[in-house]
Amino acid sequence: MEAAVFILSLVDCCALIFLSVYFIITLSDLECDYINARACCSKLNKWVIPEMVGQCLSTMLMLVSMHWFIFLLNLPVAVWNIYRYAKVPMGNMGVFDPTEIHNRGQLKSHMKEAMIKLGYHLLCFFIYLYSMILALIND
Amino acid sequence: MSSPGFTNLNSSVSYSQNSTPNGGAAPPFQNGPAQTYQSMYPPTGCYGAPPQQQSYPTIPAHSTPAPHKAPITNSAHSANYYQSNHQQQQHHHQLPQHHVAPSQYSAPSSSVPPSQPHPTLHSSVPPPSNAQYNQQQHPPYATPGSYYGQQSYHSQQQQQQQQPNLVPAPAGGPGAPLYPIVSYPSAPGSSQYGTLSSSQSTSAPGVPPTQMGAPLHQYSTSRPAPTTAVQPGYSVAPTSQLGPTVNGQGSTVHQHYDQSHQASLSYDSYGRVTHSSGGADADRPPSGTPSTSVHSSPGHHQGVQYGYVANSGASSASATTSGPAAAPLSSSSEDDDDDEEEDEEAGGDTSSSSTGSASPVPNSYDSLEGGNYPDSMPPSNDMTNQAAPYGSYGYPSMEPAYQQGPASHTDSSPSHDLYSQSSYQQYSQPFPNLSQLSAALGGLSGVPELEVEALRPVNLLQERNLLPPRPLEAPEPNLSPDLKKVNCSPHTFRCTLTSIPQTQALLNKARLPLGLLLHPFRDLQQLPVITSNTIVRCRSCRTYINPFVTFLDQRRWKCNLCYRVNDVPDEFMYNPVTRSYGEPHKRPEVQNSTVEFIASSDYMLRPPQPAAYLFVLDVSHNAVEAGYLKYFCELLLDNLDKLPGDTRTRVGFLTFDNTIHFYNLQEGLSQPQMLVVSDIDDVFIPSHDSLMVNLKESKELVKDLLTSLPAMFSQSRETHSALGPALQAAFKLMSPTGGRVTVFQTQLPTLGAGALQSREDPNQRSSTKGVQHLGPATDFYKKLALDCSGQQIGVDLFLLSSQYADLASLSCISKYSAGSIFYYPSFHYIHNPAQLEKFQRDLERYFTRKIGFEAVMRIRCTKGLSIHTFHGNFFVRSTDLLSLANVNPDSAFAVQMSIEDSLADSSLACFQAALLYTSSKGKRRIRVHTLCLPVVNQLSDVYAGADVQAVTCLLANMAIDRSISSSLSDARDALVNAVVDLVSAYKSNVSNLQQSGLVVPAAMRLFPVYILSLLKQKALRTGTSTRLDERVFAMCEFKTQPLQQLMRMVHPDLYRLDNMSDQGALHLNDTVVPQPHLLHLSAERLSRDGAFLMDCGYVFYLWIGKCCSEVFIRDVLGCPNYASIPPNMSHIPELETPLSERVRAFLDWLQDNRAFSSMIHIVKDDASAKATFFQHLVEDRSESASSYYEFLQHIQQQMSK
Repeated sequence: MEAAVFILSLVDCCALIFLSVYFIITLSDLECDYINARACCSKLNKWVIPEMVGQCLSTMLMLVSMHWFIFLLNLPVAVWNIYRYAKVPMGNMGVFDPTEIHNRGQLKSHMKEAMIKLGYHLLCFFIYLYSMILALIND
Repeated sequence: MSSPGFTNLNSSVSYSQNSTPNGGAAPPFQNGPAQTYQSMYPPTGCYGAPPQQQSYPTIPAHSTPAPHKAPITNSAHSANYYQSNHQQQQHHHQLPQHHVAPSQYSAPSSSVPPSQPHPTLHSSVPPPSNAQYNQQQHPPYATPGSYYGQQSYHSQQQQQQQQPNLVPAPAGGPGAPLYPIVSYPSAPGSSQYGTLSSSQSTSAPGVPPTQMGAPLHQYSTSRPAPTTAVQPGYSVAPTSQLGPTVNGQGSTVHQHYDQSHQASLSYDSYGRVTHSSGGADADRPPSGTPSTSVHSSPGHHQGVQYGYVANSGASSASATTSGPAAAPLSSSSEDDDDDEEEDEEAGGDTSSSSTGSASPVPNSYDSLEGGNYPDSMPPSNDMTNQAAPYGSYGYPSMEPAYQQGPASHTDSSPSHDLYSQSSYQQYSQPFPNLSQLSAALGGLSGVPELEVEALRPVNLLQERNLLPPRPLEAPEPNLSPDLKKVNCSPHTFRCTLTSIPQTQALLNKARLPLGLLLHPFRDLQQLPVITSNTIVRCRSCRTYINPFVTFLDQRRWKCNLCYRVNDVPDEFMYNPVTRSYGEPHKRPEVQNSTVEFIASSDYMLRPPQPAAYLFVLDVSHNAVEAGYLKYFCELLLDNLDKLPGDTRTRVGFLTFDNTIHFYNLQEGLSQPQMLVVSDIDDVFIPSHDSLMVNLKESKELVKDLLTSLPAMFSQSRETHSALGPALQAAFKLMSPTGGRVTVFQTQLPTLGAGALQSREDPNQRSSTKGVQHLGPATDFYKKLALDCSGQQIGVDLFLLSSQYADLASLSCISKYSAGSIFYYPSFHYIHNPAQLEKFQRDLERYFTRKIGFEAVMRIRCTKGLSIHTFHGNFFVRSTDLLSLANVNPDSAFAVQMSIEDSLADSSLACFQAALLYTSSKGKRRIRVHTLCLPVVNQLSDVYAGADVQAVTCLLANMAIDRSISSSLSDARDALVNAVVDLVSAYKSNVSNLQQSGLVVPAAMRLFPVYILSLLKQKALRTGTSTRLDERVFAMCEFKTQPLQQLMRMVHPDLYRLDNMSDQGALHLNDTVVPQPHLLHLSAERLSRDGAFLMDCGYVFYLWIGKCCSEVFIRDVLGCPNYASIPPNMSHIPELETPLSERVRAFLDWLQDNRAFSSMIHIVKDDASAKATFFQHLVEDRSESASSYYEFLQHIQQQMSK
């Protein structure tokens, strides 16, 4: 059972890692002017909700399986994702807004955020991996 | 083109254009198609410009005729050339005054007493261009002979002034006055002259107009064979002169201006003459320099004109050659606003006329002279809006080497001696010394002061008279004269810090924002246009070659932005202007910081599209009530021929209420056919090829439609508005070609996609807590705008609503498609005549102003600097690329920058804005502006170079962003903090004087006033009842208005009119333009026995005190006494009294360079309208905002925290 939870988390985490990498690549494409802001934002906005769901999923899994430490580790990121999505102004086209992404250093902060998330997910990935192996051994 | 009535720059410009190419004689051209131009070029001018050829540069002068303001700059421009010649010559010959010729010239000119140079100059040249400056100054300092430019100028001026009187306007009219100037002794009647020029130009091949030609031909003979090309140019020149006159005829006042311009022009030409000889035009020089000397005073007029001819010829020549000859042609020509396209068609660039307000090349004479003569600004000069750039307020450079004159008004000739470097050097020392010195000197010798002056500590709590006597001009960057003279006009390109700090740390220390304010597409009177097979750009950063690059040797140049070394292409080695080889540094691209290239097909994604205009009109019941439709149709009918475009121009109409109505205007129909689409949820286009029709072919149908439209819907009872679907339909209709969509909306959209709800709570209008709903309610309009932007469709919004219409949401459609927004609150055609008049004026300007399609603008800056935020209406497509579906001459942009890498390894920072667009004539063009600024490492230098107006405007933009993204109170706090930060930073870092109180550097002394004014603007005020739409509109204005206009809105200029004296007045030909002093915006400056004019940019208020002298009321307003002044008076009658003439001259002069003509309201002391006047007195306490003194105290409190 425990192993199943971690395997699931591991898969989820892999997806999130890929997503982070995708965000970083797309944003750096924008930075380098390979794609325009409109295309970049519509690409990224599509994945904001999946990312949020993925993050919440692993958080919930940890909560349900009562792994408190990992749950607390996951919680802030999940909350941040939800908050970020909720605070988008009505007139904006999503978390990534093509008309604003070049203003006020938004591009940089998005990039920074994606980097941090990547690091975080990698950390989680190893924690899950370790926990999974531990669980399998215990079984 | 522009309507005659509309004497704005545009109109004038267009006229001038026409005149230029046509030779002025051909009126048809004015309105007309550009085709004629082509014919003109071909004409072979026989005018050889043997001696005059030197003068060839003069062409610009011709251009001057254009608009009133322009002339000034133009003159400056010419002056610059002149100077440049000197410089060059000096360099070459090492003979400082080697120009004997000049001295000769001067001698004749001596007629004008050197001692009084200023007044005369002023009269002739209204605007303050540096060049003028220099020249003006020179006389006093220099021996008359040495500066022949000036003297000659005077003489010319005088003659020109006389001309108007001498020659009756009609028939030959425009040309005639000029004719004398031309001074062909043999020349036939003046009228002939006019025709002549035109005819020649057109008939160049030699048709009828030969009469004039004969003399010209003689000249031409002297010229070498190649001249043929040049000849067309000649013809052009005369025309240009005609141009001005044409304008003049249009409006009397303007006319005066124009003439003055002409004078200036001629002056310019003069300068050019020298210039040509000295410099750029290698081939001419031989004949040139010497010949100039030959001219005797009388002759020298001729010379000047010839110069024009030659000049024009040269440019035209290059153009013509370029076309057919296949030479690598780069022709430099100037074009007027509208003219550009026409010129192009003409086959090359022609030299068109114009005075360049924007003249890219300000040369300072100082440089030549070794800086002995500092520029001093005559007060009058300051006034002129345009010229300001180069001239007046320069900071004296810190380095002793730069001699640049500070523009202190006080300079006297003696002081100029002080300037000499030794004294100067003292001043250049680090700040503490400076401040002490300044204190010690107390500005006695106005000389060195600029620098000192800019840094002089000002205690705001003690000094009460902070305003300069004339409106503030842009500070001049502390550059070497060589660079200064070619730097970009501050009207086009302005930086908040004219001395760029070396590192971000230093910038942070200064607590001032770093940013650029751009007005890239503004109407220019003079613009070199370059046709070249290869446009030379840096290989790595794609920067266009510009005056600030360095040529390592003949074959290589070093980019000034990325420092890469590039090869000079072979073609670039050839200078088409002089037709000489091996002088890449004298090409027009390298001589002018504002140039326009004709782009090749490499710069097109698709063939240039025709100009396409779609009008989307609200015809719901509400719209019918407001009654705008009738006026719209009338104005469009009047201006149908003036819509910018060529024979391919397409128009379409679309009306909507709860359904959408299309109009089939296909050629061949007997009358317009209306197609109604009632399915607004899924809009489709009923017919694809007949809704957007060729204006030329279907003109009758269009006229039919416009005549019948108002009546068609007069009975409309439908109250709903389906704006969203109508916009979707417009988008679909325009997608294939792109173009401009003009939307008229009178209420909140209630149906279909994009329907909105009222979000405004009237009870919250005067809340001090914060304002909600400043952002859009839906992303529908933003998405649609981005779609439009992608299809190169610009949407302009006219909102005429008396109710809340959620402009915050609607404005998105224009904001991101690079459109413009117009708002007329409480518009009603009967009840609100003021709004109706404003609507009509705006619309007229709107229809006729220049437009560029499919535009993108890229802003590049020196390595180490980066742009992080953009302000304005556009879509930022990538980090430095702005996508502008439409670009219009009235909108400006701002960007904020940060310093990412230290700039320590370079002493100069450069910025380049390149605007690529398709003209309304279907030509692809690139307009490039380059600004160069010094890099400094001292905080005091940063403060000395701060541009308080630019800082204010940039902060306003930032505050708007903040209030939308965060909250209004945040934005207000941030503005107050900006002042607090500046004062504390200055106190702790720079000022070593232990003064108490609020001390700021003199350059920033107006900063607190401006910030206080910002806080009292509609956009940012709290506590005063402000409707949400008006607030949002004010915010939009902040984002898009050019700096000058914005500053007048924020901090209006107040003058007292009833006791104007002629002291320091400008003399423009026979018109005297008085120059009253600026007054602080405080009720204590008003008096009951006075009459005061407040210039708010878009509107003038004339406030009449209760006890105002009856003489003034009678002479100016035409009313017997105060009581009989009607309450809603909104015009100044044209009375024949001297006082009335002065007042009107002053008003016209103020209006001169504005795109949108301003209305005037007469405000009586007791009228209820008083409130509108008094709300602009920002230094006084209002019901909800503090007075200036209280504000300062508040700042002081904040500092002590």
